[in-house]
Amino acid sequence: MATRTIDVAAIRKDFPIFETGIAYLDSANTSQRPKQVTGAMLEYFEKFNSNIHRAAYRIAEEATVRYEATREKVRAFINAASTKEIVYTRGTTEAINLVAYSWGRKNIGQGDLIVLTILDHHSNIVPWQILAAERGAHIEYVDIDEKGELRQDQFAELLKRGPKLVAFNLVSNAMGTINPARDMVAAAKKAGATVLVDGAQSTPHQPVDVRALGCDFYAFSGHKMLGPTGAGILYGRRELLEAMDPFMAGGDMIKTVRIEGTTYHDLPWKFEAGTQAIAEVIGLGAAVDYLTDLGMDAVRAHELEITEYAYEAMSDVEGLTLYGPPPSRRAGVVSFSLEGIHPHDLATIADRDQVCLRAGHHCAMPLMTRLGVAATARASFYVYTQKEEVDRLVSSIKEAQRIFA
Amino acid sequence: MSAAADDQFYREYILDHYKNPRNYGRLEHPDISHEEDNPLCGDVVGMDFRLQDGVISDIRFHGRGCAISQASASLLTERLKGLSLEEAKKINKDDVLGELGIDISPARIKCALLSLKVLKVGAYGLAGDDEE
Repeated sequence: MATRTIDVAAIRKDFPIFETGIAYLDSANTSQRPKQVTGAMLEYFEKFNSNIHRAAYRIAEEATVRYEATREKVRAFINAASTKEIVYTRGTTEAINLVAYSWGRKNIGQGDLIVLTILDHHSNIVPWQILAAERGAHIEYVDIDEKGELRQDQFAELLKRGPKLVAFNLVSNAMGTINPARDMVAAAKKAGATVLVDGAQSTPHQPVDVRALGCDFYAFSGHKMLGPTGAGILYGRRELLEAMDPFMAGGDMIKTVRIEGTTYHDLPWKFEAGTQAIAEVIGLGAAVDYLTDLGMDAVRAHELEITEYAYEAMSDVEGLTLYGPPPSRRAGVVSFSLEGIHPHDLATIADRDQVCLRAGHHCAMPLMTRLGVAATARASFYVYTQKEEVDRLVSSIKEAQRIFA
Repeated sequence: MSAAADDQFYREYILDHYKNPRNYGRLEHPDISHEEDNPLCGDVVGMDFRLQDGVISDIRFHGRGCAISQASASLLTERLKGLSLEEAKKINKDDVLGELGIDISPARIKCALLSLKVLKVGAYGLAGDDEE
């Protein structure tokens, strides 16, 4: 089979926003959405807008079928065993909070150990801090080495202490580090831990196979993978999800409600209370179709090419510090700082040239503290990124250096 | 073209205050000393005040962060020196933004007003609510 490649010029025609002339280098924050995604959402609003799982009329059936169709698309996309293991959430944050609440409160107790990493996003730290404080558990964080990669020796030592839960991101949003997730999951499982993988930055950018990965939970957001905001996924192994209580309670997550008590709906609907983000879920389905058509190997190959290009171009800039591992071991994220220029000043100057660049702590304050910086600038890439946008970034950087010289 | 826009945004005297901050440093045994930060971008500004008969006789600021936050602090110290605390109380966000004289985007307004927050919370004990 011939390896597919990405035709960026053709892809960009699907994204009307690029007609504005922006260089969009903030896809790790949120991606742009193609016409296929907004079109699928618009079709729902204009042709079969109605609530799902309730009404018996035709357009409601259509809405229900489209809403549920996304589940199978997502299942295939991440190679889960069953659609019962695919729970819709608003995003990664809600997915992790769901696990912290429904699984955590039943399984984490006094004195238990939770292992996280210094690379984690706040959404994979704060829910566990709240849980740990409530249950009297404690948290240890795996540190990074000077290349920005997790210290596996330290991780192995922590596993010897028998953690109840290990949670980490497959790809760091702040530095782009790709963690050796399969080995880490295998080691954690061997040590008896339940394992959650934060897939917010990996699912959009590389092939994902949750069964090969072997984790118990896997969370990600639709809006970073060409889909709309407000729709994300929690994958959970069926036996774990079966044993968990609901997160949110209300309509649609029940089988029967009596004054004496309630029985819950089957998986996955047990975790989907209230009227859902129907248009957004349908949009997510269209995004999965789009990425599946491109092929995730091709997506990764394209991003690697752009990342190598950016890494090289930026290495040549004087006074520029790059954080994290070399391109082959990072996703399409380049975090950096400039001597004497605060990242926010750089981002403001870049904005004047229509270059969209993120500056800040990237919701990873423990990592910023570890690196000894308050903030970094971050450029991140996706299927539609072209080298010309990287060139524009480099010009903005040089412009900022000229102004601040 | 774009360079001109940037230069206008980062006006020469803002860059000058950033690179050569006025009244920078610490006072020994200040009458008032207060520091605030903006965790979002890691900007920090602190001010030390020396008072004589209710008048700010000396002032120093310290901190780190973006050009807007540091230039704003430098400009504010120049304005505060010699004012009574009563007069200083009248300084509001419009004064501070006016002094910077540039169009500040909503995302950067916290940077511009951090030094005013230090003054308000430190010098007259107002609650540290964000001024926007």
